[in-house]
Amino acid sequence: MKKNDLILYAAILIFGIAAPYILPTFKVQLSILCILIVLAMTWNIQGGEMGYNTFGNILFYGLGMYLCASVQVGMFFPLAEWTESGGEKTFEHTTIQFFEGMGVGLLVAAIVPMIIAGLIGYAILGLRGHYFAICTLGLGIAAGEIAGGIEIIGAGQGFTTPPFPKDIVDPEARGEFFYFLSFILLIATFAFIRWIYPSRFRLVLNAIRDNEDKAEAMGIQTMKYKIVGWMVSAFFCGFAGGIMGGLVGYIDSTDVAFDGREMGVFMVLMAILGGKGTLWGPVIGATLFHLFKEGFWTLFLGWQYVALGVLIVVIVIYFPEGLMGWLREKYPERFGEVIDEEDRKASVELK
Amino acid sequence: MDFLIFKAPILMVQASMDGILLGILFALIAYGMALQWGVMNIINIAQGDLVILGGYIAYSMYLAGIHPAYGVIVSPIIMFFVGWGLYKLVINKVVDRDLFISILATFGIAILMQQLMNFIFGADVVVAQSEFGTTMLFDNSVTLPNSKIFSAFISVLFAIALVIYMKKSKLGRAIRATAQNARAAKILGVDTEKVYAATFGINAALCGVAGALISITFTLHPYVGLPYTVRSFMIVIVAGLGNLPAVAVSGMGLGMFEEFADYILGTEFRIGSVFMLLVFILVYRRFKLSRKREYLK
Repeated sequence: MKKNDLILYAAILIFGIAAPYILPTFKVQLSILCILIVLAMTWNIQGGEMGYNTFGNILFYGLGMYLCASVQVGMFFPLAEWTESGGEKTFEHTTIQFFEGMGVGLLVAAIVPMIIAGLIGYAILGLRGHYFAICTLGLGIAAGEIAGGIEIIGAGQGFTTPPFPKDIVDPEARGEFFYFLSFILLIATFAFIRWIYPSRFRLVLNAIRDNEDKAEAMGIQTMKYKIVGWMVSAFFCGFAGGIMGGLVGYIDSTDVAFDGREMGVFMVLMAILGGKGTLWGPVIGATLFHLFKEGFWTLFLGWQYVALGVLIVVIVIYFPEGLMGWLREKYPERFGEVIDEEDRKASVELK
Repeated sequence: MDFLIFKAPILMVQASMDGILLGILFALIAYGMALQWGVMNIINIAQGDLVILGGYIAYSMYLAGIHPAYGVIVSPIIMFFVGWGLYKLVINKVVDRDLFISILATFGIAILMQQLMNFIFGADVVVAQSEFGTTMLFDNSVTLPNSKIFSAFISVLFAIALVIYMKKSKLGRAIRATAQNARAAKILGVDTEKVYAATFGINAALCGVAGALISITFTLHPYVGLPYTVRSFMIVIVAGLGNLPAVAVSGMGLGMFEEFADYILGTEFRIGSVFMLLVFILVYRRFKLSRKREYLK
């Protein structure tokens, strides 16, 4: 690791720890930012590194959300009664129960989606290109529709997650708890992806993106790597979903959990905006996107989705390589690429 | 089993009839999708939203006091220009690009259209009353709204008209030539840019017809476009591009599947079952192809 990198990481870490105290009013926004970065980075494993453009990671996010809340309630109280009539009024978690439930819930929320990704991976990841994209889009929406019909998790009326324990009187505690939870998740995700970045694993994923047939011909068991990549995404997505469920405090099948229209598109957009296939791209993209969204969303007043639609079209058509891709084209030396001037001229003439 | 449909077999007849009439409508939308997929090689996620927009055009005629059935004439004309404009604005920039770019760009258009329709027509579920009455069959045990029969009839009419148009007219020949080989067509003097715009316009017009029919037979809502996209996508991947009888048959099959799923699983799982069927079909085809070490592409 270079010295500059170390300073950068330390600065981010210190800012991350200090942020809720410097900007106390933005704690919720900062937590959401952490979650968004995690989602963008995990999407990037598929869409950027592996070349499998998925709309289906929302499936794991939503599953994690429902699982975490269900475990948290189900460990101590009857789940059906809770969801049927606003159980949070009759049942109350003690402080210990709340944190115990949250811990176990998050663990389940991360591991179960990972197992599911492993199980369906063999079938789904055999599809390629746009078939994969459409199939995962279908999976995400089907999950939302089906969850909206299951009584025990609240069906159409939604599911209220356990409220933060009343014994803790500090009004800042709730925000700080969720912020640090999501910040730790962000650090863990980033560290993990940073760890696999220079590894053989990522090279294999890149080989799959560039030419899967040739990668297979070279003797790589591409399917194995694809499934592992998907499981990694599912793990972190599920975890992120679990935290987000507690943060929002209310789970709706299609508007919060399996929110293909918002979160499902956001994660793709953020990764593309920053530059897919890069380590920092999704981080930058998510930050920019969140700043834009929170800064200007209120200006559009009801026109948010129109703005979102225009934004998608503009980004996809004019910046398909994203910010990092644009920088890379402009300053290739910074990225450690050496460009032969003759070669470049020749390729320009060819065009 | 304890389902109503197995206790009363006459319901099966009802579901099948409903499904077939519905499926013909789906087939019309799928035909439009197959056309632009085959010619321009893009997947249009906004297909369903074009249908809904077409439906709202007929609905606003109904509000203005004109019988909504005339929507099948007005709606495609307006939708043709909407499609043409959409092509000139956005689609022409994604034609030669990666398929995922077109999926994402049209997804953006879909979100945009949904919200605009929400503003203009409101978020309520609406239906245009055609007052065609109903036909009773088998001692009044099977009811078929005449509007559904009308819509199936109109769909078939438009499909046949389009097939003849594609075979005989100059533009139709140009479209088919471009679909076969865009570069060769260009060399031989076909203005492919115009052909693409016309193809997208025709696709939008077909969506307009289907939408107008949906406005009198079913309900309209700004956010129900995506299921129509998925249905047409499903029909196209089952039937293949440019195989019209197969499109019609698989459309009817899908319609029947939906009606049966509605009876057996319950209405709340209807849309979910459509999406699960999509996943199932794709996975099934993937396993079938992987035996020969091939894959869907």
